[in-house]
Amino acid sequence: MREIIQSIKNLSIGFKSQDGREIAILKNISTSINRGETVGIVGESGSGKSTLALAMMGFSKQGLYPISGECIYKSKNLLDLSDRELEKIRGKQIAMIPQNAGQSLTPNLKIGYQVEETLKLHTKFDANERSIKITELLNKVRLPSPSIMAQRYPHELSGGQQQRVAIAMALAGNPDLLLLDEPTTGLDVTTQAHVLELLNEIAKDTKTSMVYVSHDLGAIAQVSHRVIVMYAGEIVLDGDVRQVLRSPLHPYAHGLLNSIPKLSLPGLPAAMPGTPPQPDENSKGCSFYERCELAINKCNSSKPELKSLSNSQTKVRCFRHDKLEEKELNKNVDLILPQNSNEKRVLNLDNISITYARQSILDQILNRFSDKNITVKDIDIDIKKGETIALVGESGSGKSTILKSIAGLLSIKEGQINFKEDINLSPDVRNRTNSQLRGIQLIFQNPDESLNPSHNVEEILSQPLKLYFGLNGKELKKNIIDLLKKVRLSEKYLYRYPRQLSGGEKQRIAVARAFAAKPDLILCDEVTSALDVSVQAAVLKLLQDLKNELGTTYIFVSHDLAVVRAISDRVAVLYQGRLCEIGPSSEVYKYPSHPYTEVLLGAVLEPDPDLKPKLAAEDIVEEKPPENGCSFQGRCPRVIGEKCFKETPPWQISNQGNAIRCHINIKDLLKNQS
Amino acid sequence: MKNTELETIEEKQISTFDRVSEVLIAIFSRPSGMIGFSIVILHIIIAIISPLIVPYDYKEINSLIMLKPPNETFFFGTDQLGRDVFTRTLMGGRIALFVTFFGTIIAIAWGGFVGIFCGLVGGKIDDIVMRIIDAFLAIPWILAMLLIVVILGTSTQVLIPALGFFYGKGIVRVARAATHDVIARDFIMAAKARGHGNFSIIWNELLPNVRDAIMVEGAMRWSWMLLAFSSLSFLGFGVSPPTPDWGLMISEGRGLMSFAYWSVIAPIVALSSLIIGINLSADAFAKALGIDRTQKAPV
Repeated sequence: MREIIQSIKNLSIGFKSQDGREIAILKNISTSINRGETVGIVGESGSGKSTLALAMMGFSKQGLYPISGECIYKSKNLLDLSDRELEKIRGKQIAMIPQNAGQSLTPNLKIGYQVEETLKLHTKFDANERSIKITELLNKVRLPSPSIMAQRYPHELSGGQQQRVAIAMALAGNPDLLLLDEPTTGLDVTTQAHVLELLNEIAKDTKTSMVYVSHDLGAIAQVSHRVIVMYAGEIVLDGDVRQVLRSPLHPYAHGLLNSIPKLSLPGLPAAMPGTPPQPDENSKGCSFYERCELAINKCNSSKPELKSLSNSQTKVRCFRHDKLEEKELNKNVDLILPQNSNEKRVLNLDNISITYARQSILDQILNRFSDKNITVKDIDIDIKKGETIALVGESGSGKSTILKSIAGLLSIKEGQINFKEDINLSPDVRNRTNSQLRGIQLIFQNPDESLNPSHNVEEILSQPLKLYFGLNGKELKKNIIDLLKKVRLSEKYLYRYPRQLSGGEKQRIAVARAFAAKPDLILCDEVTSALDVSVQAAVLKLLQDLKNELGTTYIFVSHDLAVVRAISDRVAVLYQGRLCEIGPSSEVYKYPSHPYTEVLLGAVLEPDPDLKPKLAAEDIVEEKPPENGCSFQGRCPRVIGEKCFKETPPWQISNQGNAIRCHINIKDLLKNQS
Repeated sequence: MKNTELETIEEKQISTFDRVSEVLIAIFSRPSGMIGFSIVILHIIIAIISPLIVPYDYKEINSLIMLKPPNETFFFGTDQLGRDVFTRTLMGGRIALFVTFFGTIIAIAWGGFVGIFCGLVGGKIDDIVMRIIDAFLAIPWILAMLLIVVILGTSTQVLIPALGFFYGKGIVRVARAATHDVIARDFIMAAKARGHGNFSIIWNELLPNVRDAIMVEGAMRWSWMLLAFSSLSFLGFGVSPPTPDWGLMISEGRGLMSFAYWSVIAPIVALSSLIIGINLSADAFAKALGIDRTQKAPV
C-alpha cells in the first residue's frame, strides 16, 4: 500500500453571490496524493484547478470559502486549522511555486538573501550552514555558478532563472508536497523544456510529491504520473498519464486532446462546440451535457458519479465512456490545401531594419546609425495573395516589432515596405491613404485589451465601417449583422459589451472588426495565445474559413509552433530580430535545417509522455543581438569557429525550398540531425 | 448535442438613460450618497424658488428692527441694517450656485480636453503644456483671482470663466493620468492602426473610459470652487451689496458675532452644508462608478 500524503474528501468551495445564493466553484472533489507521485491537474480557465491546488495548502482566494469537505494532511484537516498552525505547514511541508516567479520575488533583495529567509523560517541551521545550503539549493536547480548567482537581484536573472530560484526556495524546507501553479506558462519553449526536465529530476531525487496545475497538456504529459481532468469544478477523469492522454475515457478529455494542434499532424485540429457552463448554472445532469457528442437523455436528467473502472485505476464521470473507446484520437482534422503561389504579391518587406534606440543629435545630422545592436535587421520577405505566412520565434525575436512597423505604428530605420504591386507604404500610419489603411488590418493577442470596454459590439464594429466606407443608418446596421454572421455569431450580440462575452466570442468580434474593412492583409499578433485550447481551435478554424471564403492574406505571429503548423503555408523563423529560416511549413517542420529551428522544434512539448523534448541548446537568454556574425552564435550547438562570430551567414536554399542562413552547408546540417 | 448559446444575458440595448439611472440607484443606496444628494438637491431647489417664497424683501432696510434675535416674525433674526436674515440666507446661494455650477462645467470641459489631449499625444506638446500648468499651480489662486477681479470687474461674466480656468488645472492632471492608464491598451493602438485621427480617438475611444474619473474630479472641484467664490465675496470681491450672498453676509456680520451670532450662523450653516453635501455626493458618485467599473460578467 502506498503512503498517502494528502487526501481530499468531498471538498466543495464556493462564494456567496450578490443575491445571497451559495455558488460552488469546486463540487465534491475527492482524491488523494501519494508519496513520490506527480499529479497533473488539467482544465481550462474557470475549471477550478487553481482553487483546488490552493485548497491543498489550506488557502482560499479572497471571497471564496470551503462549503463542505476536508483536506487531510497528516491526519489534520487543513481547512480547520488556525493561521498560526497553517504557517508551520505552509512553505515547510507543503510548498508552492507560483506562475510568475518574476513577480513573486522581492525586486530589491538579493537572491541569496531571499533563499536564506526561507531557510531561517523553516530550518534550525546557523549562518554558516545556511550559506552552504543556499549554494547547494541553487546548485540543485542547475543555476550556473550559484555563489555568484546568490549575489544578484531578481531583475538580473532571466525568466527561466527566476523560476529556478522560486523552485529552490520551495525546496528549502524539504517539503512533502510541492504545488506548482502553471510554473512554465510564461516561459519560452526552450526554457520551459529545461524547467520541466529539472522538475522531473527533482521529483526523482527527493521523492517529493508534486501537484502540477496547468492548462497545457504538453507540459502535464512530461512531468506527471497521474492526470486529473477538471471541468466546471468537477473531476471528470482521473487516471494514469498514458491512459488519460492516449485513450481518454471522458468525452471532454477526448475533445480537449483533439483540439490541441500537434507538430506531428498537419492541418487544423477539431474544435469543441460551445462554452463551459457558468458556475451558477445548476443543471441536474452532467455538466458537459451541452457540449457532448455522445449525450443521451439520461445525461441531462441525472448526474454521473465519478466511478472507478473495473480493470484499471482510472476513474471517470460519464455514463457512456465505453462508447469512446471506439472513437479514435487525432483523426477528424481539416487539412489545409497548399496555396497557389503564382498569385500576385500583397506585401514585400525589403531589407527592413528597426531599432528602438534613440539616435543622438549628431547622428541625426550626419544621417547615420550608431546602434550596432539593431533590434530587427535585414528582413526580406515577399508575401503572396491568399497565403498565410507565420513569423515564429521566442520572446525578443522581433516578430511583434515587425508587425507593428507593417501597420505603421513603429518607424523603420532602413528598408522599404511595398504594398501590392507598386505602392510604397509610408512608415508612418498618419501618412497613409485611406485605401492603404483599409488594406492592412490588425488582430491583437488579447481581446480584453483590444476591444474598448465602453463600447458595445455594434459600436465596435461600426468604427471601421464608418471610417472606411462612410456607412450609416440602416446600411451600417445591415453590414454589422452580416459581419456577425460571418464570424458565426447571431444578431443578439449587437448590444452586448465586451465584459458580457466569453473569451472566444470577444476574439470573434475582434476578427469581425478586422474583416469589416475588407482588407487584403490581416496581421494576427498571437491571436490565440490568450484563449483556452478548445476555443483556440474554433478561432483558428474561423480564420481559415474566412480566408477560404474571401481570399485574405494573413501574417500570423506566434510563439506556439504547433499552432503555426496548423494554420500556416509558409514559416519564417526569427531569432534576435534576424531571419534564420524561411520556407513552406510542411518542409520546415519535416526538415528543420537551421540549428535554431532544430532547437526550437525539439523543445516543443507534445501531449504524449513518451515523446520527450530534445534539449539541444543551452537555455541562456541573450539581451541584445550580437554586433557581427550569425544571430544564433551565442547558443548554437553547431558553431564551427571564428566565421560564425565574424561574418553574417549567407542564404542557402535546400532542395525542398526552405532557405536558411547558416555557414554550415545545408546538406551537412540535415545529415547531422538524423 | 444541443445548441449551446448561453441565453443568460438580457438582449436589451443598454441606453444612456439606463446607465444614468443605474448610477443614481447606486448612489442613493448608500447613506452618504443619500444624504449628500438630498442636501445638494434641496439647495438647488431653494435657490431656484427662493424669490417666490421668501417672506420679506431682501434689500429692505429698517433701522427700527436692527439686530433682533430670532423670533416668530424673523425666524433667523435681523442683521445690522434690519434686514431679514432668513430671507437673505435662502437667497444667498443663488449667485454662488449659478457661478460655480457653470464654472465647474467650464473647468471640466477645458481641463478634461487638455488633459486627454496631452495624455494622448505625449512628447514635447505634453511637456510644455504640463509645465505651464505646473507654473499656474504655483501661483496662489486668491492673488490671481483678486488681480483678475480688480482689472475686469466682479460681474458673473468675469467670475465664471476665471474660476473655471483656475479649477480646470487640477482636472487636467487627473484627466491626463486617467488617459495614461487607457492609452497603453491595445484598442487605442487598434484605432491608430485603423487610421483614426486624434480627435476621433479622444472622442470615441478615450472619453468613454476617462469620463468617470473626470466627472468625479469635477464634482470635488465644484465644492472647492464654491468655497473660493464665497471667500472672494467675503473679501469684498465677489458679489456686491445689497445682493444677498453667504460669503458677504459672513463678512458683514463677523464683527458683531459676539452679541449677534444669528446673523452669521445661518449663512455659515448654509454654506458648509452645501459643501459637505457636494463632497458626500462626489464620494458616493465615485463609489457608484467604481462598482460599475469592476462589474464583470453577470454571475
